[in-house]
Amino acid sequence: MQMRTIEIVVGAFMLAGIISLAILAVRVSGFNVGTSTGTYAVYAKFENIGGLVVRSKVTIAGVTVGQVSEIKLDNETFMAVVKMDIDGSVTDLSTDSTAAILTEGLLGGKYIGISIGADERILGDGDQIYDTQSAVVLEELIGQFLMKQF
Amino acid sequence: MLSRLRSLGQYSLSVLEVLGRAGSVWWQAIWRRPRLENLPLVIKQIYQLGVLSVVIIVLSGFSIGAVLALQGYNQLVQYGSESALGLGVALVLVMEIGPVVSALLFAGRAGSAVTAEIGLMKTTEQLSSMEMIGVDPLQRIVAPRLWAGFISMPILALMFSVVGIWGASLVGVNWLGVYEGAFWATMQEGVDFKSHVLKGIIKSVAFGLVVTWIAVYQGYDTEPTSEGIAAATTRTVVYSSVAVLVLDFFLTLVMFRF
Repeated sequence: MQMRTIEIVVGAFMLAGIISLAILAVRVSGFNVGTSTGTYAVYAKFENIGGLVVRSKVTIAGVTVGQVSEIKLDNETFMAVVKMDIDGSVTDLSTDSTAAILTEGLLGGKYIGISIGADERILGDGDQIYDTQSAVVLEELIGQFLMKQF
Repeated sequence: MLSRLRSLGQYSLSVLEVLGRAGSVWWQAIWRRPRLENLPLVIKQIYQLGVLSVVIIVLSGFSIGAVLALQGYNQLVQYGSESALGLGVALVLVMEIGPVVSALLFAGRAGSAVTAEIGLMKTTEQLSSMEMIGVDPLQRIVAPRLWAGFISMPILALMFSVVGIWGASLVGVNWLGVYEGAFWATMQEGVDFKSHVLKGIIKSVAFGLVVTWIAVYQGYDTEPTSEGIAAATTRTVVYSSVAVLVLDFFLTLVMFRF
């Protein structure tokens, strides 16, 4: 085969590779470049985080505004300390906001829902949300239910 | 007892020797300054190794994606969560099956051809004649093939994943009736570019390196007889398949936490 034809075919092959990468990036992983406004960290302590994991989403009114970036145990109070990276475009979270661990559907994953409070002071980078609501653990609920029955 | 010990020692020394020779072939071919005038040779090899493998990659990718969708649907529908089908198929394809299966196919389709070609060149003493006229066969023959494998493999793996996901969406959405929006939305929600797609690409680059390295070395080190070529071709396919699977485990282990 002629060298020129080979070069054209190889060029098409490379192009197919780049297009595949673009499809994987945009269509499959929903990669978006525009959200590089930076994030800020907000902490919250929970008594029980249930099945919350790193990369779980953080929502306000159902809209995803960030994700959980770190989970560790506080060795003094034995509560779970959850670090959330909130999108920089979401400002004006008041300091008395509530963070609750919720479940997506019946069997879905856990996520954090933030309800906005009324305080005029605003959460900044590294601040903590004090008003938290732990995950609902199904076994505990069933336990309570049974205790009431008998 | 002593003779057994001796043969064990001999065996381990010969393994070390093979590793050393393979390493030096690789080192001399790749790390010596890549020459720009060899670019046409690399392009020709990308055609031979990459472009000619596209058909088998696309066909296998489509079938595997379709089968994953069928099997996944059967399991997921029992829990009423068949909308997670897109996520499951995409993760499995992008992170594991895409790179691994395309590397195995690449070893069978392209690796064996490279070994046979170089082995025949050695058997018919083309390599030594090249040396006689002052052309370095490592530069002229080995290096372009190594580079071509290194470049083609990730492209083939990406194509495999994309076609597989397309096949899965055809079976899942158009045939089994999974809701299309949920199929793509769960996929985009769950698949992360950096922590999933990029890991798959890193894997396929490593596989391309290993498979072409084994193929080229087996050809270069062939015993110059027709049985020698046959044995070397077999060894290429066996060694690279095993190497890909073992390396896949260790790469996954290393990248697991990131």
